[in-house]
Amino acid sequence: MNLLLSTFYAALRLSTPLIFASMGGLVSEKSGVTNIALEGMMTMGAFFAVIGSYITGNPLIGVIFGILGGGAISVIHAIVCIRLRAQQTISGTAINLFSTAITSFVMFKIFNKGGQTDLVTALPFMPAKWFSEVPVVGSVLRELNWFIFMSFAIVILMQWLINRSVLGLRIRAAGEHPKAADTLGVDVIKIRYICVILSGILAGLGGAALSLSATPLFIEGMVAGRGFIALAAMVFGRWKPINTLAACIIFGLADAVQIMAQGLGWNMPSEFYSSIPYVMSIFTMILFAGKAQAPKACGIPYTRESDK
Amino acid sequence: MSKEAKRMLMIGAPPIVSIIVAFLISALFVLWSKDMRLGEYFAALLKLVTIVFSESFSTKLKFMEVLVYATPLLFCGLAHIICFRCGLFNIGVEGQFILGMTSAGIIGQFTGIPAILQVILIMMTGVLAGGIWALIPASLKALKGINEVVICIMTNFLAMHFSNYVALRSNIADVNATATFMIQANAQLPRFNDSSRLNISTIVVIILAIFVYFFLFSTKRGYQIRAVGLNSFAAQAGGIKVNVNIVLALVISGAIAGLGGALHVAGVQHRLISVAGFPGYGMDAIAISLLSNRNPVACIFVAILFGALRNSSRMFQIEGIPKDTVYIIQAIIIFFVAADLISKYLKQRSRTK
Repeated sequence: MNLLLSTFYAALRLSTPLIFASMGGLVSEKSGVTNIALEGMMTMGAFFAVIGSYITGNPLIGVIFGILGGGAISVIHAIVCIRLRAQQTISGTAINLFSTAITSFVMFKIFNKGGQTDLVTALPFMPAKWFSEVPVVGSVLRELNWFIFMSFAIVILMQWLINRSVLGLRIRAAGEHPKAADTLGVDVIKIRYICVILSGILAGLGGAALSLSATPLFIEGMVAGRGFIALAAMVFGRWKPINTLAACIIFGLADAVQIMAQGLGWNMPSEFYSSIPYVMSIFTMILFAGKAQAPKACGIPYTRESDK
Repeated sequence: MSKEAKRMLMIGAPPIVSIIVAFLISALFVLWSKDMRLGEYFAALLKLVTIVFSESFSTKLKFMEVLVYATPLLFCGLAHIICFRCGLFNIGVEGQFILGMTSAGIIGQFTGIPAILQVILIMMTGVLAGGIWALIPASLKALKGINEVVICIMTNFLAMHFSNYVALRSNIADVNATATFMIQANAQLPRFNDSSRLNISTIVVIILAIFVYFFLFSTKRGYQIRAVGLNSFAAQAGGIKVNVNIVLALVISGAIAGLGGALHVAGVQHRLISVAGFPGYGMDAIAISLLSNRNPVACIFVAILFGALRNSSRMFQIEGIPKDTVYIIQAIIIFFVAADLISKYLKQRSRTK
C-alpha cells in the first residue's frame, strides 16, 4: 500500500513538467503553429531556472528566469515560423539544437565545467506541517510541491481560455481556418505570436519544474525527450486540456513505475525500464492519433492577402 | 548578368551566405566566452576561423581526420536528403545510425568468417537494422497518418537504450571498458595508413552519394519520390502511389543511416561504445542536407565542412572557448536555411529592379 501511494506521488511529481509543457504545445498548436521546439524550450527553462536560483539564491526568481528563458527562445521560433513562414518542424529542430548548445555554452562560462551545474536552492516543498492538519486529504497534500498545484491551476485556466473566452475562440479560429478568421477581423498573425510565446513561457515553467525539483541542479540532456513526450500526451489528449492532463499523469506514472521497478531488484536491465515511457508514447500515438482532431491549419504558415 | 549566372547565384548564394552569417554571429559568442571587448570583434572572428582552418586543413593528417568525421555525417546527410525530397522529415536518422552501429558491434564479434564476407555481412545487417527501424514510423505514417517526427524521436531513444544495453550488459560487453569487446580483425575495414583512422568507408559513401544523385534524378522511382515531395495531391492524381513512396523513402533513408552506423563501427571505433547522450551525427546531418539544398553531390562538400567543425571542437575547448560554439554555428545555419531568408531577399531585389 505504501509503495502504491509513493508511486502515485512520484507519478504526480514526474508528470508536472509534462503538464506545463503539453499545455504550451496545446496553445501553440491550437493557434496553428506546430511546436516540435518544446524540448528546447524546456531545456532553456530548466537551465535558466537553475541559473536564476544560483545567482540570487532565491528559487522563486529562478522560476521567473526559467519562464524568461523559455519565452525568449520561443520568440525566435515565433518570428521564424510566423513572420518568415519557415517550415515549422525544421525551425523547431533548430531551436532544440540551439538550446542544447547555448545552455552548455553558458554553463561552461559560469561554472567552468561541462556536464552539470552546482546544486542550487530548491523550491521548498509544501509546508508539510500546515497541510498535514487538513483532515482526510492532509496526508496526500503534504507530499506534493508547489509546482503540482500550479500545473493543475494552469490546466483549469487553459480549459477556460480555450473553450470559454473570446481570445480562445480567436485562437481556435486561427488554427482551424485562418482565412475566415482574418476576414472577420481577427489578427491571425498577432494571435499566433501570443500563443507561441505563451507556449514558450509554459514550457520554460515545465523546465523549471524539472530542474528545481528534488535535486536542484541542471544536467546536460536532463530533459531527455520530455518535450516530445508532452507532445505525445497532447495528441493522446486530443488537443483538449483536461484529457491532456490525464495523459500526462499516465506518462508520469510510466516514469514512476520505471524508477520504482528499478528499485525492486527484478532481474531486468535498467535500459528496459528507461524504455517504458517511450514505448508507451508510441503505442498511445498509434491508438489515439487521428488526423481529425488536430487543428486543421496546424503547421501551415499564414499569409495575408495583402502580403502576397 | 546572364540568365544562367543568375540561376547559379540564386542556388549558390543562400547556403554560402548562411555559413558566413553563422560565423559572424558565432564570433560574438567567442567574444563573450573570452571576455573580450566589442572592439576586438574582428580578432575573435579571426580566431574562430583560424582554429577551424588550422585544425582541419593545415596538414594532410589533419584533413584525413576531418574526413573520418565527414563520412558518417555524409551517410546521415544522404539519408535526410531522400526523405526531404519526399516531403518527409526523418529525424530518426540518429536512431537508425545507432542501430547500425549496434548491429556491427554484434556481427563483428563472430569468429571464423572470412574477411570480405564478414564485412559484407556487417554492411547487410547495418542496412537491415536501419531499414527495419525506419519501417516503424514509415508504416504508421502510411497506414494511420501519424506524424513521423514524434515517432522517430521515440524510436531514437529506444535505439539508444538498446545500444547501451548491448554495450554495457549483454554477454559481449567488456565490463572494463563501458563498451563491447573489440570486433574481429576480419570485421574491420582496411585503413589507408597506420597513423589515421581514415578507412575505405569514405570511398563507399562518396560512391553512394553519386548513386543517390542518379537514383533521385534519373530513375522512375526517384522521380516518383520527388513528385510526392513536391505535391502529394498532384502525384496521387497522376497515378503515383503516395503511401508506397513514403514507406520506400523512409526505409531507404533508414537503410543508408544504418549502413553509415555499421561502417562507423567497422572502420573507426572497432567496438560499440556506450553513450550518455546521442552521438549527434544524425542531428548534425539535418543542417548538412538543408545546406546542400538537398543535393547529394553538394552534400559531400558540406559534410566535409561540418566534419571540420566537429574535428575543431576539441581545439576550441583547449583555447578556452566552449566546444558548443560549433553547435551554435550549426543551429544558426539551420535557422537561416529554413527561413530561406537570403533567397527571399534576392528574389525581392530582382523584382524591384
